[in-house]
Amino acid sequence: MEHKKLNLTLKVWRQHGPKTPGCFVTYPIAVSPDTSFLEMLDEINNELEKKGKEPIAFESDCREGICGTCGLVINGQPHGPIPRIATCQLHMRNFKDGDTIYIEPFRAKAFPIIKDLIVDRSPMDRIMEAGGFISVNTGSVPDGNAIPIAKEIASEAMDAASCIGCGACVAACKNASAMLFVSAKVSQFALLPQGKPERYQRVEAMVKVMDEYGFGSCSNTYACEAECPKGVSVKNIARMNREYFMSKIKG
Amino acid sequence: MGWVWKSLNSSIGKKLVMAVTGVALMLFLIIHLAGNLSLYGGSKAFNGYVGLLEMIKPLIRVIEVILALVFIFHIINGVRLWIENKIARPQGYTINGSRKNTDVFSRTAFITGSIVFIFLILHLQTIWYKFNYSGTELDLYTITTEWFTHWWYSLLYLIAIVLLGFHLNHGFQSAFQTFGWNSKKYFPLIEKLGTIYAIIMTLGFGSIPIYLYFFGGK
Repeated sequence: MEHKKLNLTLKVWRQHGPKTPGCFVTYPIAVSPDTSFLEMLDEINNELEKKGKEPIAFESDCREGICGTCGLVINGQPHGPIPRIATCQLHMRNFKDGDTIYIEPFRAKAFPIIKDLIVDRSPMDRIMEAGGFISVNTGSVPDGNAIPIAKEIASEAMDAASCIGCGACVAACKNASAMLFVSAKVSQFALLPQGKPERYQRVEAMVKVMDEYGFGSCSNTYACEAECPKGVSVKNIARMNREYFMSKIKG
Repeated sequence: MGWVWKSLNSSIGKKLVMAVTGVALMLFLIIHLAGNLSLYGGSKAFNGYVGLLEMIKPLIRVIEVILALVFIFHIINGVRLWIENKIARPQGYTINGSRKNTDVFSRTAFITGSIVFIFLILHLQTIWYKFNYSGTELDLYTITTEWFTHWWYSLLYLIAIVLLGFHLNHGFQSAFQTFGWNSKKYFPLIEKLGTIYAIIMTLGFGSIPIYLYFFGGK
């Protein structure tokens, strides 16, 4: 069935490089409601390239909501108005004919803009390097059920591990805090027996790096959970706080 | 003890300072309200309560110093967090989406706190300072009820108390979250308790200026 095209006005943040000032550029577009948000940007870029103009720089990879590469702030909301999806899963049928859509990059001191809508999220990788792992000697693959783990615990760890590291929590937080991301990573290990031996070193190291990169402090507004494409719970932040306090108490 | 100072200056440590001082202030408010309600008993009841406190004046002075320190830590830490959090996002969004992903109580904690702070100064100046240090011969009941005959003073009070209620509604559950006491079993209860606490404080403190203005506390 042929759908009527939507006429939209896009205001896209364009910025040539990290040091140059940016501004919004207006792009009027007629787009099918079945188009995904990123496909719409692809269409604009095709037109721009035909005219010999610089295409809009934005990131994407899997385009099925599992890699965490894409991430735009659409009308003030990371990953757009629909909860529990990444930008790539957002379709234009969620917008109305005549809408104006502001598209901005994630904004945080810790995420400097590289170009247009692309930001440098490598501080999240540095945080992972500080403690987002377990140290095991390599060898043959251990038996799957060698260590019994209660279903409830396994599920909680899995929920925390569903974090795709997209950075929407930082983008959504009014303080640009990375607490939800870091707490998801701390939790997925702290909950499981394999992660417990290093739990206290881990939380201290990861929080230290997080603070060094100038992410803000959490003020419990829970915007992060509301905008997280995977619905990672702020209960993980409470758990990280517990881990941190216990680490300090136990030395 | 260097590790304590260092830990309290981490992002999680600063949350802890906010929460611990906040809980202390919430407990203080309960006692403060209980005392204030004696205003409904008229001059005799209220001045009787004040007289009781006067009898243990040295202890009250010690508590006042502790209370002042708790306030100062809560305020300075809050202002510091606010500044640091502004620095963490040098350029804001053109479209502010915070209405869609946060509630008004959490979003405005700094603003409501700031207004309550201004109110606190006025409150201390007009009542606490006047009674203790201005050399007045008047009793506290007369000083208090005299102020509330001014409509602007009563209104100012009322506004500050409502905003304090907003602040408390955020602060109560926020403190539990910071302590790490958040589980799906009991956190909904904590949130409800926080709202009930905030409503009781708002109605309790807020009813006094209304009562004194309209009925003059006779």
